[in-house]
Amino acid sequence: MALAVALAVLLVCVLAGLMTGAAGIPAKGVVLELADLLPFVSVDSGLSPVEQGLLYQLRMPRVVLAAIVGGLLALAGAGYQGVFRNPLADPYLLGAAAGAGFTATLVIVLVQADGLVPLAAFAGAVGGVMLAYGLGNTAGRGGGTATLVLAGVAVASFLSALQAFVQQIRVEQLQRIYAWILGGIGGDWSQVWLIAPYALVSIGVMLAHGRLLDVLSVGDDEATSLGVSAARVRLVILCAASLATASAVAVSGLIGFVGIVVPHIARRLAGGSYRVVLPLSLIGGAAFLVLADMVARTVLAPAELPIGVVTAFIGAPFFVGVLRATRAVEP
Amino acid sequence: MSAAGTTVEVRDLCVALDRRPVLAGVGLSASGGEWLAVVGPNGAGKSTLLRAMMGLLESEGEVLVGGVPARTLKPRRRARLMAYAPQTPLMPASLTVFEYTLLGRTPYISHLGRESRHDREVTGAVLERLDLAELAGRTLGRLSGGERQRVVLARALVQQAPVLLLDEPTTALDLGHQQQVLELVDRLRLADGLTVVTTIHDLGLAGQYADSMLLIADGRTVASGPVREVLTEPLLARHFGARVRVTEDPTGRPLVNLIRPTPPV
Repeated sequence: MALAVALAVLLVCVLAGLMTGAAGIPAKGVVLELADLLPFVSVDSGLSPVEQGLLYQLRMPRVVLAAIVGGLLALAGAGYQGVFRNPLADPYLLGAAAGAGFTATLVIVLVQADGLVPLAAFAGAVGGVMLAYGLGNTAGRGGGTATLVLAGVAVASFLSALQAFVQQIRVEQLQRIYAWILGGIGGDWSQVWLIAPYALVSIGVMLAHGRLLDVLSVGDDEATSLGVSAARVRLVILCAASLATASAVAVSGLIGFVGIVVPHIARRLAGGSYRVVLPLSLIGGAAFLVLADMVARTVLAPAELPIGVVTAFIGAPFFVGVLRATRAVEP
Repeated sequence: MSAAGTTVEVRDLCVALDRRPVLAGVGLSASGGEWLAVVGPNGAGKSTLLRAMMGLLESEGEVLVGGVPARTLKPRRRARLMAYAPQTPLMPASLTVFEYTLLGRTPYISHLGRESRHDREVTGAVLERLDLAELAGRTLGRLSGGERQRVVLARALVQQAPVLLLDEPTTALDLGHQQQVLELVDRLRLADGLTVVTTIHDLGLAGQYADSMLLIADGRTVASGPVREVLTEPLLARHFGARVRVTEDPTGRPLVNLIRPTPPV
């Protein structure tokens, strides 16, 4: 039920995203053009070739990419929250953001090849998480989650310091670095294809583990007494969620709050079972970011707001509200 | 249903935490359908014993369930033989009673599978039996202490394991609810032939419900056997540092009463 509503909301957001933009393409034309894509339907949209080009080569990949990135971040956030049994965990908890920030800065400053930034950010995010996980597991006995979080904090601040150091070497690149950090949905199809395989794998793995995340939520001891290896489930979810985060970061920079805010709404609407929270976060995150991106590119049109600014602008007050409302009941 | 009357035996169990020995050569034996209470002063290693039996801690020595070494059992197989309820279970506030209880069916569900209609039926029946059917849709955050303890018990019962390990099932409950929970455990034990091993710090309650008793102190067995042989004034004085008077109730079960060392003026 909740999933059906969420899908409907996503559909509306996607339509709205496709209809709005700097260039005034007639909304009716967009709808007819989309209808034409359906099998066994053939209509003439009345859009000019230029408008069609805009729709297919600019708006559509951008909306699709926003949906994928938003879905991945929210899903990863829900996964991290499950693994750490903490509703405030976010996809960047284990150094993914700092790692990506460092390597992206490195590439922007030293190589100055924009095409390499996504790959560098991806590698940096994965590397940051691996570093934190490795440290957390060797420092603490038996992979306790508290040690892991602390290792994440240590890795994140270390990598942020490195990033700050590198960016100070080339102050003239500051604006480009800053623009990347604030996040933005670029949007051509090549970026969609770049992350699609990783997105599919991480989404598949995460959604398959909903029930096991529920088992994990009652404690490591009880999970073990039920015949489930808590450490193994945790590792699989962390890998999948980090892959999702890295894919999102690679094409969109650092977009905050989606990973915390969306799973929270999902939990409030549909209860605490991860079998619902995960898919609902995926769909809700997609809808939220499509909407946020629409705001980002229309409010100051033709200029664009960084999308990270939009999500934080909505996310931060919401976050405070959630904290106030759930003070008494959260686990 | 699983085979009733499964025995549990522990031989020479040793556990070290942070290289400090916590259990040193503890043994116990509970025959099928028996209620064994593990008692001892704070820090004696009672909870550690249950956790080690469940395979949650690294340990040396042997745990036999129905004569089979637990170590050789696959985790899921072991979970079908032994169910465990910790002293302070994590109960995610937004899960419903039904969702939480259903998690107890995990040992019967393949790794990434979903529960069958049978799993749901078993869960429904157990909730019915524990008078929890009406609470099935309620979230755990909105339960009272007594209800929570019953829900934890329900989760352990849907595991349909013949051996139940309960760590302090009555902590944080008032007198009436303590009695209610233990009566419930006893009723289920007698009906299903469950073998029950509980740690319990209230010696009076332990004396009323258990068949046999294991007294441990400083990680060692200091007495074991029928309740009347363990709950004696000298043993309790030595290991609890408590002055007590042990009398017998009309059914022959021991009653433990605290005596003030210096009588009130």
